[in-house]
Amino acid sequence: MAWETVIGLEVHVQLLTRSKIFSGAPIRYGGEPNTQACAVDIALPGVLPVMNVEAARMAVKFGLAVDANINRRSIFARKNYFYPDLPKGYQISQFELPIVGAGHLMIDTPSGEKHIGITRAHLEEDAGKSLHEDFHGMTGIDLNRAGTPLLEIVSEPDMRSAQEAVAYLKRLHTLVRYLGISDGNMQEGSFRCDANVSVRPAGQQEYGTRAELKNINSFRFVERAIEFEVERQVERIEDGGEVVQETRLYDPNKHETRSMRSKEEAHDYRYFPDPDLPPMVLSEEFVEQVRATLPELPQARQQRFESDYDLGHDDAAQLTADRDTADYFEAAVKTSAGEAKTTANWIIGELSGYLNEENREIADAPVSADMLAGLIDRIHDNTISGKIAKEVFKAMWQGEGDADAIIEARGLKQISDSGAIESIIDEILAGSAAQIEQYRSGQQKVFGYLVGQVMKATKGKANPQQVNEILRKKLDG
Amino acid sequence: MHTKSLTQLVEGLRSGEFSAVELAQWYLDRIERHANLNAFITVDRELTLAQARAADQRASQDAPPLNGIPVAHKDIFCAEGMLTTCGSRILGNFTAPYDATVIERFKAVGTVILGKTNMDEFAMGSSNETSYYGPVRNPWNPELVPGGSSGGSAAAVAARLAPAATGTDTGGSIRQPAAFCGVTGLKPSYGRVSRYGMVAFASSLDQGGPITRSVADAALLLDVMAGFDPRDSTSVEQEAPEFTAALGQELSGLRIGLPRQYFGEGLDAAVQETVREALKVYEGLGAKLVDVDLPNSELCVPCYYVLAPSEASSNLSRFDGVRYGHRAEHYDDLMDMYMRTRSEGFGAEVKRRIMIGTYALSAGYYDAYYVKAQKLRRLIADDFDRAFEQCDVLMGPTTPSTAFALGAKSDDPVAMYLNDIYTISVNLAGLPALSLPAGFDARGMPVGLQVIGRYFDESRLLNVGYRYQQETDWHDRMPAGIE
Repeated sequence: MAWETVIGLEVHVQLLTRSKIFSGAPIRYGGEPNTQACAVDIALPGVLPVMNVEAARMAVKFGLAVDANINRRSIFARKNYFYPDLPKGYQISQFELPIVGAGHLMIDTPSGEKHIGITRAHLEEDAGKSLHEDFHGMTGIDLNRAGTPLLEIVSEPDMRSAQEAVAYLKRLHTLVRYLGISDGNMQEGSFRCDANVSVRPAGQQEYGTRAELKNINSFRFVERAIEFEVERQVERIEDGGEVVQETRLYDPNKHETRSMRSKEEAHDYRYFPDPDLPPMVLSEEFVEQVRATLPELPQARQQRFESDYDLGHDDAAQLTADRDTADYFEAAVKTSAGEAKTTANWIIGELSGYLNEENREIADAPVSADMLAGLIDRIHDNTISGKIAKEVFKAMWQGEGDADAIIEARGLKQISDSGAIESIIDEILAGSAAQIEQYRSGQQKVFGYLVGQVMKATKGKANPQQVNEILRKKLDG
Repeated sequence: MHTKSLTQLVEGLRSGEFSAVELAQWYLDRIERHANLNAFITVDRELTLAQARAADQRASQDAPPLNGIPVAHKDIFCAEGMLTTCGSRILGNFTAPYDATVIERFKAVGTVILGKTNMDEFAMGSSNETSYYGPVRNPWNPELVPGGSSGGSAAAVAARLAPAATGTDTGGSIRQPAAFCGVTGLKPSYGRVSRYGMVAFASSLDQGGPITRSVADAALLLDVMAGFDPRDSTSVEQEAPEFTAALGQELSGLRIGLPRQYFGEGLDAAVQETVREALKVYEGLGAKLVDVDLPNSELCVPCYYVLAPSEASSNLSRFDGVRYGHRAEHYDDLMDMYMRTRSEGFGAEVKRRIMIGTYALSAGYYDAYYVKAQKLRRLIADDFDRAFEQCDVLMGPTTPSTAFALGAKSDDPVAMYLNDIYTISVNLAGLPALSLPAGFDARGMPVGLQVIGRYFDESRLLNVGYRYQQETDWHDRMPAGIE
């Protein structure tokens, strides 16, 4: 039987506010345990939450970017459960009326663009961390993270494969970073994903029973966890069993999912409106102010790159995958007389290669957009060849200065004086009687050897096009 | 010295008749002498005297008027460096590392903390018998309860162990003990006084306020306590007027609404008689009496006993033994630690309300209880809006009867809850209300007159109470044996 996979994702995005969502404590990753938790965060008796407007601003920014309905009145609710790293014994979240209502994102699939519905996005606070090591049979509690603002983005069950799920996640990841509302750092937990996965016979209308997969915190794990889970569910049904509704934990080491708790064991969170926080009312003016701060969104930018710079879909997609890269590209193109396509190639090729090797972000690349533009200009005006340019790029990367300075210092200027090239060619030909004979008897590949000899004699600086032309003329003459 | 009003004490300090240290000492000695009342949970003599010495050093013409005045605070307000138990074992070892906004404001005007007063555990009770630290006794008759939950504060003021005190009121916890102890108690409008640093019972109902001998004193305290606090999102962003300045205006033409439902079945005859006498005083001052209706009154108690426990069940979740407060000594695992800690740490009434609230919020019952109670709350508030179309203030008894015997209602929670039948609706509607001493029953126990005002209309409310106290001397009466 043919099976169809149905996937919906819940993504927790940590917002880049300076202070916590309901207290004035600062947010910094990696501080000494409990040094960034104030009275409100550790839930002393009598303390009260106060909403950080910056978090609302970021949530609205996201909502506008996915064409969502912004709820002018939203409600904070308490989600009640006991856990040692949840200081109040409840998490302040949003339940019935979230700040962001229905919206959507478009993703690329092999069969074209696909619309993925976003059900809602709501604000909530993060919990602290339980530390199980180093405490000799006890558990340590670090509340630095408690109260960090999260935006939980819930999708419709619109994805039909693990690949689509990853495409959606990547789109979302790019978007929140573009908007500047999250650093999207998956290792540090700034972008966390839970997946609801079910299968059904192809063509069936009703959804199958779903399992919720937790703890899948990289794009690769998302893909693998979903694939594993789909296989597990299909096998189970084909063996005559049935899928039970439950929460499952993905173990990346063993590459499997295992049951964490069943539906029966699920918590009753006893949601109710938080009486400490009045409904959050957003004025038209507030929403419009946020709208005015929206940057050009990645998909619009990609389309513009394709039309304005005549780039292919893949190049445009790669360049716009993050805002810094796209900004870098545009800055380089603007100051360079060269072709946009050349600039794109250099960024996607050479620059990305160096960045990956050294695990750096484009924002702190030693070769700035201006420097790259300077290099491309020298290629464009034939001062250097593409091959020499790679040497210059490496030198720029190592901090030897800009392209012109390096070309000057290293004497890399291309020889484009045809008289000079001609005399070098004459010298080479004078000692290559045998090769000339071979060439003339039809062995074309000898031509390459002779070009190589000329380039070697000029240390690669001879303009290759001129070398070709003159050599051909002399041999064929 | 302990018969002086706050205004007289301010004068005495200013003129140098006595120092803040002498004043504090005087009251500390009285607290010690009347320790049998059990009105205080914590008295820290050294700390109090140090604060008084500091006040004496500050004393000058420029010092704030209340500089050096000792005030007792309900043990629900966090005060930096002091034990803050909230009447519970679970906070028996909790020294607050910060000041509640109310405490901060009292410190800012130079007052001295006289001690932390006894209270029903987590403010859940109407008799002060649920305190882990033992019941408070009524200064008018030590066999009777002082009311609750601010019973320690009311008893302290009645017995002249403190010139003034703070309390909190979620369903009557300032007004009912004020009535039982023959003192003046004000529950301000919801949002008037910051709740920051006040241990939460039911967040949408809790409100701090003064318990004093007279309305004039209450106005002085409210001037200190009231005002917007950015740390409390439910505090109202509106500047508080000077309440003391509103006192003394004529009452002719004042329309007093008498809710029919407050004079019906269940009301003790002596209380009814006393309230009627008080109304005559107001008529003598030129006020007019109007009968009004609060048709949903009988639903107040059930509505309250869904909403308040629901909020409490969640508010009290933080007392889990993990970060502060009591933790069971022996336990097997996390769940066992939670269960033992909370079983040992909370008393029976608190557990009852946590269970009621947990039930009311649980899946499948939420709509039938919590949501329905919220709708009722709206109807109850609407009743008041309509009543206030016909009158300026409402009056009636604060409680259906006067103080009862210790233990008399401890085994009957519903009978206990019905004590608050006239006070609860005020919290549900967020309105301000006063309880004024209005006389005594045949046993010599005080009767309280409740005056309810419009939302944020404390100025008028206080003036109405003040004018009554200019005509009567019930508020100056002292229990026998208190000298």
